[in-house]
Amino acid sequence: MNIQIRKFYYGDIPEETAGGPITNVSSDEKAWPLWEVFIRSKQGLDHKHVGSLHAADASMAIENARDVYTRRQEGVSIWVVESKFIHASDPADAESLYEPAADKIYRHPTFYDLPDAVKHM
Amino acid sequence: MPLTNNTLNYTLHLADNALILGQRNGEWCAHGPILEQDIAITNITLDLIGQARNFYQNAAACLHESGDPTASEDSLAYLRTEREFKNLLICELPNGDWAQTILRQFFFSTFQLLLFEKMKHSNNEPLVAIAEKSIKETQYHVKWSSEWVIRLGDGTTESHSRITKAVDTLWMYTGEFFIPASYEMIDVASLKNEWMNKVKEVFDEATLTLPENVFMQTGGKNGAHTEHMGFILSELQYLQRVFPGAEW
Repeated sequence: MNIQIRKFYYGDIPEETAGGPITNVSSDEKAWPLWEVFIRSKQGLDHKHVGSLHAADASMAIENARDVYTRRQEGVSIWVVESKFIHASDPADAESLYEPAADKIYRHPTFYDLPDAVKHM
Repeated sequence: MPLTNNTLNYTLHLADNALILGQRNGEWCAHGPILEQDIAITNITLDLIGQARNFYQNAAACLHESGDPTASEDSLAYLRTEREFKNLLICELPNGDWAQTILRQFFFSTFQLLLFEKMKHSNNEPLVAIAEKSIKETQYHVKWSSEWVIRLGDGTTESHSRITKAVDTLWMYTGEFFIPASYEMIDVASLKNEWMNKVKEVFDEATLTLPENVFMQTGGKNGAHTEHMGFILSELQYLQRVFPGAEW
């Protein structure tokens, strides 16, 4: 079985360099699958993506995450998910997906003037 | 608390176990099989060195009370000779391969956890405090190492043969855990059954067999060490021996 992994990068990375090279990982190789790690820094907050790591199975991924990502008291809870189960939007579609929202300022609550009579908003 | 020689020797024994195993595991730093496990083993190393520091500080405090103002955690770690170290032989053995390092950690941490749980109910206040702090760390060491023993034992032909070889190499050093030295304040012999049960449980899952009728090596608790000990100390103590009092 061949697993195709393509890692995408977001944010400030220019489009021409976004989207990593496609690497073919054969299951014959001794490589362990990649896992994405989410950490909750304290009770009541959301789990946030902090990075990725390699592990043979889910429990090992959690232990690895504990050792790699929480050794300086970064968290109180860990989620891991195998990277291949994450589906991402295609950076090539960014224009059609996100730019149309740019001129629709009426979607922000601040666009509307509130009557003085309305309290507690 | 009045100082008895037993308290001091026993505290040093506990400190030496943690320091020497920590020093050994530290050799894996930057050489682990993968980055994540490299960090895992060095985290455990740091836990052990931390425990060693607590025990040495306690021993140094005992020595201060008995009129030796020069004693410190550093002098106890860096300036004692091989025959003065009281660590278990299993702590000073070479790392071997990953399987041997894992198995040693599993044997040792399983023993240490039982010991600390008993120590928590002893009447020596400083040791109770150190045991309470260390139990949380040690529980993780047991979990981590036992999962690895199962993974290697019940893994591939290669990993199974390596961990089997590690069992053959290390088993003869496990008897020393339970043979009490004159200074020991905790009845270690009473921990043997529980230790065997835990090891058997993990071995069953790992498809490994418990060795039988093996001659057990002893001596470490009373300062009679293997030929490996001198090499560890020369590396560990070199700086303080050559530049006495050197500081960071």
